[in-house]
Amino acid sequence: MGDVLKCKFCDEVATVHLTQIINNKIHKVDLCETCAQQKGVSDPEGFSLAEMLMQSNAAMGSDEQQLQCPACGCRTSDFRRTGRMGCAECYTAFEPILEPILEDMHSGLKHTGKVPSHALDRQSYHTRLHNLKSALVRAIEDEAYEEAAKYRDEIHALETQTSEPT
Amino acid sequence: MIESIIDGKKAELTQSSKRTAPVVLSTRIRLARNLTGAPFPQRANLSQRRDVLTDCVSQIQRLESMESGTFLEIEQLSELEKQVLLERHLISSELIESSKGCGVYINSEQTCSVMINEEDHLRIQFLKTGFNLKSLWKRINSFDDAIDEYLNLAFSEELGYLTACPTNLGTGMRASVMMHLPGLVLSENMEKVTRAVGQLGIVVRGHFGEGSDASGHIFQISNQQTLGESESEIIERLGNVLKSIIDQELNARFKYLEDKPEMLRDQIGRAYGVLQNAHVLTSNEAMHLLSLLRLAVDFNFLPESRRAEVDRCFIECQPGHIQYDVKSDIAPELRDTARAAKLRSVFSKLPPLSFDSLEEHE
Repeated sequence: MGDVLKCKFCDEVATVHLTQIINNKIHKVDLCETCAQQKGVSDPEGFSLAEMLMQSNAAMGSDEQQLQCPACGCRTSDFRRTGRMGCAECYTAFEPILEPILEDMHSGLKHTGKVPSHALDRQSYHTRLHNLKSALVRAIEDEAYEEAAKYRDEIHALETQTSEPT
Repeated sequence: MIESIIDGKKAELTQSSKRTAPVVLSTRIRLARNLTGAPFPQRANLSQRRDVLTDCVSQIQRLESMESGTFLEIEQLSELEKQVLLERHLISSELIESSKGCGVYINSEQTCSVMINEEDHLRIQFLKTGFNLKSLWKRINSFDDAIDEYLNLAFSEELGYLTACPTNLGTGMRASVMMHLPGLVLSENMEKVTRAVGQLGIVVRGHFGEGSDASGHIFQISNQQTLGESESEIIERLGNVLKSIIDQELNARFKYLEDKPEMLRDQIGRAYGVLQNAHVLTSNEAMHLLSLLRLAVDFNFLPESRRAEVDRCFIECQPGHIQYDVKSDIAPELRDTARAAKLRSVFSKLPPLSFDSLEEHE
């Protein structure tokens, strides 16, 4: 006789075996009766395998590398437990572990939809300002005062003439 | 506090007299949006949540389309008021659970609601009776453009709109259509359809979203994925799936009509009789009877002009609305009496069922 399959969540003998195809990938999960009920597997209307798979990774990933978001302090373990990001910056911080998660959920990995023009303007404005400011600091450190004066004027021009996009 | 919303004479879901159709009750699109520089609501502390709330409210009230809108802070609403708004799909149960430092902005026609500090900083929702995906997308898209102008939205060129849950990442868009599918339920095909559309990334849920049951044969059908496809592609694909569900539903109805005309006549006749004469009706039973009455309108056993009444009762016979009607928090048994009384009075002047169309068919 083959091995008895154990429940993905609690190590009880699994009696519910679920197969779902998401984006042409086969996902298989074995559950015991109690966990299956708790996770709502018996209710085909309210059940999302993607979400459950993501949360179940919490149990498996206990020895994985811990990342932390510098902006909000959210850790890999927080994300695994709640399935939620802490803030927008988390997407940068958790980038190394994001791809397989997104692959399970979505039909692609790249946004091809709407682009908010104002948000992008603001981003590029801040990026340009940030770049100029760090160039200024570097120039001063290098005692390249002529260059520094040029950066200072450019910063001044950017800040006054094109006031921050609204 | 919410009187103006409940008594509103222009409310889309309960007062609209046109644009409803067989099978499709209403269309909704929601967009998940977040601000840069603030933790998402679940991770934010109360003062951060309040800052986001104040910020969003002050910008949203500048929008032309919200000029005569109403802002409600969830904390200040009674349990009953929250339930009524939930039954009208203007707020979500997640917003109710968040309770502190969150609110909702609702326009006067109740076609647009913006929830603040739900799972995401902003959940923008547009709602319309009937099957309206493309025109609704146009409207919510331009509303969202205005939001982008006034608020600094979290967006990445690679991943799109950044959301608290990665399942909403990308477009942040969930488009859903509320469908009345008695034919597929009675012919026991609903599970098959649910499974089939599931393979295409389309989800079927009960009336009130995740985990709720499908009382009144009403289902919410929406896209699952949000990243990798543009909004129009998602809407196009969902629209095609919905059209084929409508076809299947109509086929199932006509098959039922052909195979069991007596059964159909009997079920609809009983629903008609009970709605006009019952004195105690639970919410579930009322939904079931209303579903059969709507089917009677679809089959022309009742005049088309009665459809709006039936659709309105689907909303107004839910527990929160019944209690709100009698202005008190009453026990379920009394609620069932009040519900039956309301339905008796709404349907007291129904014309008799005419099965002429059925005879022609036979």
